Amino acid sequence: MKSGDQSALAELYDRYSSVVYAVALRVLGDTGAAEDILQEVFLQLWRNPGAFDAARGNLGAWLAVITRNRAIDSLRRRKPETDIDDVIVSVAPDLAGEADRSRAAEKIRGVLGAMPSAQRSALEMAYFEGMSHSEIAGKTGEPLGTIKTRIRAGLMTLRKAFQT
Amino acid sequence: MTAHEQFADDLALYALDALTGEDRAKLEQHLATCPACKLELEQLRGDGALLALSTIGPKPPLRSRQRLLDAVAKDTAARTSASPTPRRSWWGFLGWAATAAVIVFAASLWKENAALRQSLASSTAQAAQTTRELEDLRRIAAPIIDPETQRVTLVALKTPPQPQGKAFYLRNRSSLVFVANNMPVLPPRKAYELWLIPSQGAPIPAGVFKPDAHGSATVVNPPLPSGAEAKAFAITVENESGSATPTTPILMMGAGE
Repeated sequence: MKSGDQSALAELYDRYSSVVYAVALRVLGDTGAAEDILQEVFLQLWRNPGAFDAARGNLGAWLAVITRNRAIDSLRRRKPETDIDDVIVSVAPDLAGEADRSRAAEKIRGVLGAMPSAQRSALEMAYFEGMSHSEIAGKTGEPLGTIKTRIRAGLMTLRKAFQT
Repeated sequence: MTAHEQFADDLALYALDALTGEDRAKLEQHLATCPACKLELEQLRGDGALLALSTIGPKPPLRSRQRLLDAVAKDTAARTSASPTPRRSWWGFLGWAATAAVIVFAASLWKENAALRQSLASSTAQAAQTTRELEDLRRIAAPIIDPETQRVTLVALKTPPQPQGKAFYLRNRSSLVFVANNMPVLPPRKAYELWLIPSQGAPIPAGVFKPDAHGSATVVNPPLPSGAEAKAFAITVENESGSATPTTPILMMGAGE
């Protein structure tokens, strides 16, 4: 055993580990904890590769979402809440290559930078800190409805940027 | 835009796991019966994924790769010892292929060893020589069969990198991973299509892909009919929506090893 067994996983690791690690590090802010999430995500892919449905998304984005969810669970010290089988992601760019990824990351950061700061920060609090809409409302002193609208508008702005 | 405007804001929050309480319960009830909102949820999760993909940072430490591969090896060993009929991992067939190759190789060594021993039985010195030769053979074979082997492909300098695709296919689970490198740039509105060439019958579509700026692409678990036997895999250029049958000549092809 078993160079062949591992080679497919190793190929995918080489291609996507930097995305997974960057997302985990952004959420957790700790290299050791991010490394643990990186291991966990790829081990899950190894144990249950059928969870990813290629017909309905691409692997880079799917791994990024799985990683974010696991990292938030870890941040909030809760058991994994989402079964990876349940996660379906529709997003255009595959971003398998380093150069494509940094170009896309730059574009997304440009879109985020152009958003009103309250909208961007509501999005980031929800996505990278795992805060609920009521927690964000509590922290910012804004009405719940405003937070809801801001988050949706922020996501729509991102969508639009990648539709053109 | 969802057909159900009253759920639009809640859907966005739900996609980020930021919706709680009664609002969440109401939305989940609605999602159970509304395909349009489910679709919108997938799109919103994709929009959220863009946030994840906006992150950049240092690369993971080098030790992480080995740590993962060690964990995978341990995981596989644990499963094998835990069950008399272990569930093979998805790419486990490759391990079986590698194991089979080692067995064939060992058998050929054994046969050679037996033949040599028979003919050289009268001479201890010559038998020792045979043993040394077998040891040499094992040493020579080690880089081919050792899982720790680093594999490097060398190409002639000043020649453009050659397109290369690797398919990892597990027939009994209809699972396929395909990784391509150095693929040429495609004309507008065209894509590469991967084909599973069965022993009998027409080629089966096995995923459409467009390489990135560096010519890299990945196809993971495309929809495939169950149990299709793959004689080979091939690639053609098709319209970006994909085709049910190849419409252009085969550009790349490979048969199982």
